[in-house]
Amino acid sequence: MPAIISIDSLSKSYGNGPAALSDVSLNIEKGEILALLGPNGAGKTTLISAVCGLVTPSAGAISVAGHDTIKSYRQARSQIGLVPQEITIEPFETVLNTVRLSRGLFGKRRDDGYIEKVLRDLSLWDKRNSACMALSGGMKRRVLIAKALSHEPAVLFLDEPTAGVDVSLRRDMWALVRRLRESGVTIILTTHYIEEAEEMADRIGVIDKGRLLLVEDKASLMARMGRKRLEIFLQKPLCEIPASLADYSLSIGTQPDILIYEYDARADRTGITRLISDLAAAGLSVRDLTSHQSSLEDVFLRLVEGDEP
Amino acid sequence: MNWRSVGAIYHYEMARTFRTIPQSVISPVLSTVLYFVVFGTAIGSRIEAVEGISYGAFIVPGLIMLTLIQQALTNASFGIYFPKFVGTIYEVLTAPLSFIEIVMGYVGAAATKSLLIALIILATSAAFVDFRIQHPVWMVAFLVLTSITFALMGFIIGIWSRNFEQLQLFPLLVVTPLVFLGGAFYSASMLPPAWETATRFNPVLYLISGLRWSFFGVADMPVGWSLAAVLFFLMLCLTFIWWIFRTGWRLRQ
Repeated sequence: MPAIISIDSLSKSYGNGPAALSDVSLNIEKGEILALLGPNGAGKTTLISAVCGLVTPSAGAISVAGHDTIKSYRQARSQIGLVPQEITIEPFETVLNTVRLSRGLFGKRRDDGYIEKVLRDLSLWDKRNSACMALSGGMKRRVLIAKALSHEPAVLFLDEPTAGVDVSLRRDMWALVRRLRESGVTIILTTHYIEEAEEMADRIGVIDKGRLLLVEDKASLMARMGRKRLEIFLQKPLCEIPASLADYSLSIGTQPDILIYEYDARADRTGITRLISDLAAAGLSVRDLTSHQSSLEDVFLRLVEGDEP
Repeated sequence: MNWRSVGAIYHYEMARTFRTIPQSVISPVLSTVLYFVVFGTAIGSRIEAVEGISYGAFIVPGLIMLTLIQQALTNASFGIYFPKFVGTIYEVLTAPLSFIEIVMGYVGAAATKSLLIALIILATSAAFVDFRIQHPVWMVAFLVLTSITFALMGFIIGIWSRNFEQLQLFPLLVVTPLVFLGGAFYSASMLPPAWETATRFNPVLYLISGLRWSFFGVADMPVGWSLAAVLFFLMLCLTFIWWIFRTGWRLRQ
């Protein structure tokens, strides 16, 4: 798949402060959904802003659809739609006019049919003549998406698109993002909601302290880094783990009759069979077993806490 | 040149004017009528003719210039400051627009609004006093050049301002006094010699003088100097705006 966005050794510093971005290199493939995860202040918004032209890079180069964002900024920017993190919208203007303005800014010929389609897709058509300030928070966020889509971009940046949005609307937005991807739009989203990335992304990028820690296919990331957790329900409660089981990575769970065994799902031998027999040898009778796959959240925390490079 | 984008900004800004007709048009016209009532009729009737022109007619170019400058400045500064204030400036900065196109959209709309209001005031003035415009082409030239120049200055102020107080600071504390002391209501030759010399350092004097020459053929300053002054400030503002977009000062991080 060809890269629609290519970021090469991008760095950004504000004044004499610490680097907001350090030597970030990243290729984003056409038609994919890439989720950028990172704690507050990690550099996600700075990275997006640099691609969109809001932030001037200190070093490095960015190209969009083969166009350098500095030298050929017109061609590069015309490919991009941006939905900012903050709800920034002109309060007194109507929904229809503000979306038309966005299309006009990108030099596109007025197309009322297309604008109507975008507004209908976002359930905003009935509100087209309402002033933006009269809309709910969720609707304002959808107006921002409509503005970003108004010029038919090939790449859509969604910076925290579902922050402060209720569960129902969040599901609607996920559905919209999937439809956009199906129509060929490349989507880059930043999010705090790990479930959002887990639900939608094809690839996950993890960024922290201005450094891109990894970019990897979601499924392979989960398989590579996913730890499994076995919960062993015992017939009788335990006060402490018997010395004969000290070699295992065991802990007592929320109840004294639950033992927790963590193991690496990637390993050839998980040690479960031997553990079960050693439990019997130690006089512990097993009542039940459940296993649990680590979530992306666990993977993310392990990455930013430095457990794994 | 991306004319469609320039047009989008221009029409959006002009639509704001028509949405806010009372503030945009009625208010400056009312102020001008009050000036005529006070200076033209009440006080003006007791003032003898200035350089052979009745006082009521003499102040017409000054009043037009006063309103034109204020309107160009405030419309342009508000036009670019408001998107900064509400955060929608990101749209303009991420659009495939050159700085010339952005400036043409915002400054063009502000200059148009100020010109429309100046023409309304000209018509209003005709209802109060008799005057004939000797050089109508030069009058239009001075009005257009001045409106563009001060709209550019307003654009700079809008980018510089971090809050609404700063937005008001320059027009109120600098521009309005310069206009009042620039011969809007008197001829520089009526001042004592020391003040007359000091007034020559006021750039607005040259603009009002040029416009007054286009009306009556008399001026405080040679008309060539007036033209040179307005062109000089135009170029100064354009250069400063070019620097703003090159460096991203107060726009891009």
